[in-house]
Amino acid sequence: MRTFNFLAMNKNKIGREIPKNIEGIGELEPYSGAWKKLKKGWMDELTSPPPNKAKMPHADKVCDTLEEAIEKSNPKDGMTVSFHHHMRNGENILVRSIDILAKMGIKNITLASSSLNESHNPIIKYLEDGTITRIWTSGIRGKLGQAISSGVMDLPITIHSHGGRVRAIHTGKISIDLAIIAASAADEEGNATGSTGKSAFGSLGYAHIDSQYAKQVMVVTDDLVDYPCYPLSIKQIYVDFVVKVDSIGDSSKIASGTTRITKSPMDLRIAKLGADVIENSGFFNEGFSFQVGAGGASLAVAKFIREKMKRKNIKGSFLLGGVTSYGVDMLNEGLFKTIFDVQSFDAAVSTSLYNNKNHIEISAGHYASPFNCGCVTNKLDIVVLGALEIDLDFNVNVITGANGEVRGASGGHSDTASGAQLTVVVCPSFRGRISTINKRVQTVVTPGETVDVLVTERGICVNPMKPELEESLKKAGLNIKKIEDLQQEVEKIVGKAKEVKYSDKIVGLVEYRDGTIVDVIRQVIEE
Amino acid sequence: MLYIPGNNPAMLLHGSVYGADSLLLDLEDAVALNQKDAARNLIKQMIKHVDYGKTEVCVRVNHLDTPFGMEDLKAIVPLQPDAIRYPKTESVEELQRLITLVEQIEDEHGLPHDKMTIHIMIETALGVQNVFDIAKYSKRVDAITIGGQDLTADMNIKSSKNSSGIDLARKMIVMAAKANRIDAIDTVYVDIDDEEGLKQETEFIRQIGFSGKAVINPRQIDPIHEIYTPSDDEIRKAYRVVKEFNKNKAKGIGVFAIDGKMVDAPVVTRARYVLELSGVDHENI
Repeated sequence: MRTFNFLAMNKNKIGREIPKNIEGIGELEPYSGAWKKLKKGWMDELTSPPPNKAKMPHADKVCDTLEEAIEKSNPKDGMTVSFHHHMRNGENILVRSIDILAKMGIKNITLASSSLNESHNPIIKYLEDGTITRIWTSGIRGKLGQAISSGVMDLPITIHSHGGRVRAIHTGKISIDLAIIAASAADEEGNATGSTGKSAFGSLGYAHIDSQYAKQVMVVTDDLVDYPCYPLSIKQIYVDFVVKVDSIGDSSKIASGTTRITKSPMDLRIAKLGADVIENSGFFNEGFSFQVGAGGASLAVAKFIREKMKRKNIKGSFLLGGVTSYGVDMLNEGLFKTIFDVQSFDAAVSTSLYNNKNHIEISAGHYASPFNCGCVTNKLDIVVLGALEIDLDFNVNVITGANGEVRGASGGHSDTASGAQLTVVVCPSFRGRISTINKRVQTVVTPGETVDVLVTERGICVNPMKPELEESLKKAGLNIKKIEDLQQEVEKIVGKAKEVKYSDKIVGLVEYRDGTIVDVIRQVIEE
Repeated sequence: MLYIPGNNPAMLLHGSVYGADSLLLDLEDAVALNQKDAARNLIKQMIKHVDYGKTEVCVRVNHLDTPFGMEDLKAIVPLQPDAIRYPKTESVEELQRLITLVEQIEDEHGLPHDKMTIHIMIETALGVQNVFDIAKYSKRVDAITIGGQDLTADMNIKSSKNSSGIDLARKMIVMAAKANRIDAIDTVYVDIDDEEGLKQETEFIRQIGFSGKAVINPRQIDPIHEIYTPSDDEIRKAYRVVKEFNKNKAKGIGVFAIDGKMVDAPVVTRARYVLELSGVDHENI
């Protein structure tokens, strides 16, 4: 097993120690500031060209089985296979595909899934036997996260943001050999969508880039429709194979309860305070743009903002994200003109995406890639985000839990925080008996310089870099505290948590959206 | 006023963060008989160690006719919460007995008699009949509250959406409280998912003079505050009334008109009340 305690280290801008180089991965560039690279106006790294392809007229792309299609793609050791996570916990194509590759004896696979969750736990055995040796993803949950934290892999995984993934594909850092794209409807040429069909799951935004850059592209569907399939989320010009399967998964498991407004009094209290912050921030104006996460206090902020918009007769410009049926209701009520949808958090959203011309599917690059002529997060006025943990510098951890294990997702957290004019983090001041406000977070995903306000049930803390904002919120009579004071207050209630013990082995790299390394995740030592 | 079951540590810990004006830490109906001792101990520790900030803390003890009432007083009175709430009060004699025991305990601990106040709960038809005398009996009583569920049961009537069966009781309790210049607090609205119903009932009880309302879920706090908080327009009008009154008073004029409407002393009193509720300094307008 590889160990890393001999590695030469650099300190990045926020004081985290980053190895200069990791064998098998290469040189690592330490995080140097949220906008430093963007200010240049171009990306230093070279971009990789998309593959050149050709097909004879009327050539047949349809395969009868997933096995047949994978065999035809001529898989080989060391290949990179990509997937999207639009069906979240209902997804079943990833595990089936890796099973097939493993049966074929393929080893050293790099898995590049836009995210991973509990439904992917069965691949743990392939981390153990060397079938999968590298992972790029925006998030990992469940037993898979535990296995990675325990050091099951030799090479560290790379956690990227949604925008960062697009950058990594453009630059060839993720060089996809085979993209396997589940679609709820597709035609024989590979035109495909997620917005119709029995397993409709909404936007296919994360898969657009895979289809354009993968050397081979396979569309897998359980609804092979007459040509042409539309809307054209995935276009036939990129697709090599089309496979009809009985089921691509269970779209009812996309939501997992995260799209209904919570009834938890604590979450509602935090959400109300979050909405009060927004109302008095100076950004809650006619034509504002808005993004909230799904579930808990974050989504509940939308409930209070909706009421405030009606009361003040304010109409917004666009909703972004992660779209829930609650967001669709706000669109239908005329509170927002447009929804830009990179991911639908609720299968019910797909009907709106299909029927409403103001509900627009966008690619992950259009959503959040830092290196283009301006992604939509750059136009965002207000974003509301959650946190597993936040520190005195407002750095946010959304990837490792209190026990140090990987159990979350970077997602669009750092992308939206970087782009929005106002980034509001909402979370309870403690969960169970564990404080969420700590002197130093275990893992930084979103740097504090991009976070403006922390809202908890026990007080609101404004980043000292935003004194005017603090002044406005104080004038509005909100309960503003210094984050150091709130941290002490919470520590008095719950005490100091026992420190997690880590080994020197690095099990994960947290990449900032510009490709620099913002933090590392180390192996947890079980006591 | 937010009820918190005395045997729920998480709620007791978080009670003050929901924005309630007052917390009612409950040892009575919210606690099962076999949990009474545990709840009493828990509340004791919470009052000692949790900082509830500016939120008023009131403990609902059990009635002295139960095996738990005396133990509750012995445990809670020495801690001197802002108030204790005494349930199912029917007569002056019961209140007299309570106050005697409370003050005995206070004397034993060298505590003053004028710090902790008493909220009386009226929950029976007999209690409603005697409410004026009860409200008048002691300066320690600074609020009368109605217990709608028990009263409905005592009157053997069906509870209804508009609570018409306890309408008279509500009004008698308000009248008794107002006559003695103390607060009247309304009963809980039990359907926590019916925000519209809660709002309608709160509008009604505000109109008839209740100073506030008890709640059983933190989600009910904001709708009640919204109704009790004067609107911007109401505040502006009240400010103008007080300003004009002060101007006219200096000229020796007691009654005047604003926008064709007569303004006299009662109108000014109401305006001052609105400004007070809104936290506006009305002394120096």
